[in-house]
Amino acid sequence: MKSLAHMTPGTRGKVVGMDIDQTMKSRLVDMGISCGTEIECVGISPLGDPIAFKVRGAVIAIRRRDCRNITVSEEMEHNEHEKH
Amino acid sequence: MNTKNTEYTIALAGNPNVGKSTVFNALTGMHQHTGNWSGKTVETARGTFSTKKYSYTLVDIPGTYSLTPHSKDEEAADNFLKSNDYDGVIVICDATCLERNLLLVLQIMERSERVLLCVNLLDEARRKHIDIDIDLLSEKLGIPAVGIVARKEKQLKALSAKLDEMMETETKQTHTPKKQRCAEELLSEAEQICNSVVTKGKHKDIDRSIDRVLTGKWGAFTSMGLLLALIFWITVSGANILSDALTYILFGLEDILYQFALDIGVPAFFRELVICGAYRVLAWVVSVMLPPMAIFFPLFTLLEDMGYLPRIAYNLDRPFCRCNACGKQALTMCMGFGCNACGVTGCRIINSPRERLIAMITNNFVPCNGRFPFLITVITLFFTAHSFSAALILALFVIIGVLATLAVSKILSLTLLKGEASSFVLELPPYRMPQFGRVIIRSIFDRTLFVLGRAAAVAAPAGALIWILANINIGDSTLLASFSDFLDPFGRLLGMDGVILMAFILGIPANEIVLPIILMTYMASGSLANIEAAQIYTLLTENGWTWITAVSVMLFSIMHWPCSTTLMTMKKESGSIGWTVAAFLIPTACGFLCCFVFTTVARAFFA
Repeated sequence: MKSLAHMTPGTRGKVVGMDIDQTMKSRLVDMGISCGTEIECVGISPLGDPIAFKVRGAVIAIRRRDCRNITVSEEMEHNEHEKH
Repeated sequence: MNTKNTEYTIALAGNPNVGKSTVFNALTGMHQHTGNWSGKTVETARGTFSTKKYSYTLVDIPGTYSLTPHSKDEEAADNFLKSNDYDGVIVICDATCLERNLLLVLQIMERSERVLLCVNLLDEARRKHIDIDIDLLSEKLGIPAVGIVARKEKQLKALSAKLDEMMETETKQTHTPKKQRCAEELLSEAEQICNSVVTKGKHKDIDRSIDRVLTGKWGAFTSMGLLLALIFWITVSGANILSDALTYILFGLEDILYQFALDIGVPAFFRELVICGAYRVLAWVVSVMLPPMAIFFPLFTLLEDMGYLPRIAYNLDRPFCRCNACGKQALTMCMGFGCNACGVTGCRIINSPRERLIAMITNNFVPCNGRFPFLITVITLFFTAHSFSAALILALFVIIGVLATLAVSKILSLTLLKGEASSFVLELPPYRMPQFGRVIIRSIFDRTLFVLGRAAAVAAPAGALIWILANINIGDSTLLASFSDFLDPFGRLLGMDGVILMAFILGIPANEIVLPIILMTYMASGSLANIEAAQIYTLLTENGWTWITAVSVMLFSIMHWPCSTTLMTMKKESGSIGWTVAAFLIPTACGFLCCFVFTTVARAFFA
């Protein structure tokens, strides 16, 4: 289990916890991120912040400090029928 | 009664970047009143169209990810859908990202009886090996659904047919209000539906490969810089050609008009006022100021169509965040390149009111299309005639504007607009091939005609006014000379002179007329003779211009009060006269400061 802010490009995980304020949480849900969502880190901005994630087919950039309190469990296997 | 005259009002909803505007334009064509700047739907545009059976009014509501009110756009969308001012809704979805898009669809279904799901971008989905069973989707949701490729279809027949069908079907008259479920629940439902309806195969993600370059550690700033320089270079070179042609035509026409006026015996005062005053400034604006705008705007819209602009916000978010501002400010700055008034309106995409104000106040540091020709002319005359170097210098001044934006944003967030940087989420949409034809045609009709209109409305009267001021004497000098003499000491302090300052002041209605006013005043006759570029240089240097003057003028052009249109927009968007005054004073104060410092230092070392 680690935080979204620590994911590196190419890694995948599943969101397990979102310990953030309601407004931010609501905004993230609107973009498709909620508990149980599969998420993949696809890049980091050249100046280090924000971080780009692929979720439900779209790419979203979130600032590091907003990711810190979102926990993900890492996917161990590479599934054949990946859904993301 | 199914007569053709039955009119229905249909709301057009969908996530941002799904091609909603394309559908809107394809259906309503010329029968619409668009918002400020084609390409960005911030206002609700309305248009009409007819199918075989009915007439429709289509209301394009702002693109939103959901109806939860986080920002003005979402509030506007939600309010519209909660009202009963419409008969049906079409929701446009992106086939490559259906799951997330369905959240909005499900929310809308909880508020409306008649919802038509329109899955767009099927060609892109096919490219990414994504297959959607539209019929099964329709069945699972319980609403009609149709798949389209909006870019390619001229008339969207399938969509129109399905819409007619929907308006004819009886709806289940439920008088109990639908339960409004929370977004997480709706997301789960969307996921379930998509699992059975969407099949995905493996594909190479081109977008990620492109992003690796355009947002990569070294690639990002190199590409942004090169792109900026390239766009400016194309603008400068292309504008030269167009300008020459237009100058030839319009000033040739002036001679004909003048002769005609002489022939029919128009009184001298009137003849001089209209032709030498109003017409000349109008001709000048059209032949010198219009070409760069006509070229820059489509180029910029193409970039926006391609999906590149959010990458700029992504690359530049960190410095903006450090200045306690929002990364989306980078986007509003880009809009400001086209027109600062549009940039100010565009600040609606920033959720936090504090950050929105910062973005609005600093928007004027980005030179708009109206100021580009002035900058280009001065650069070409005083520094280099070579278009690529000119483009680089222009880029340099733009960067100065960007740095000023960051600095002032930081200062504002520590003083007048105190606060922390808010949270935000930015989507990086897939790269798309821009629709060249559509962009160019829209640019020509919307932007070019708008500038021509404004030239007629502002430049011509301004030219007439200048002519009058230059020909009315008080004491032993003209009104014009008196005014500029009065401003002269202050102007000199800033590295400029009274004439230049006066021109900037009189240029409040539109930045395009600043240069014509300067030239007209120097020529002392109060009218703008048809002069070549080389002659402009002589005229300026004869009136005391040096390279220091040139740089001060350019700095002031970047940092001075906004034009009247921008000020009015500022008042409308902020709802406050106080902040509008701030938007006037802050860039001006920066301009005064920078020009003063530069001039003093330059004179000390070089003069």
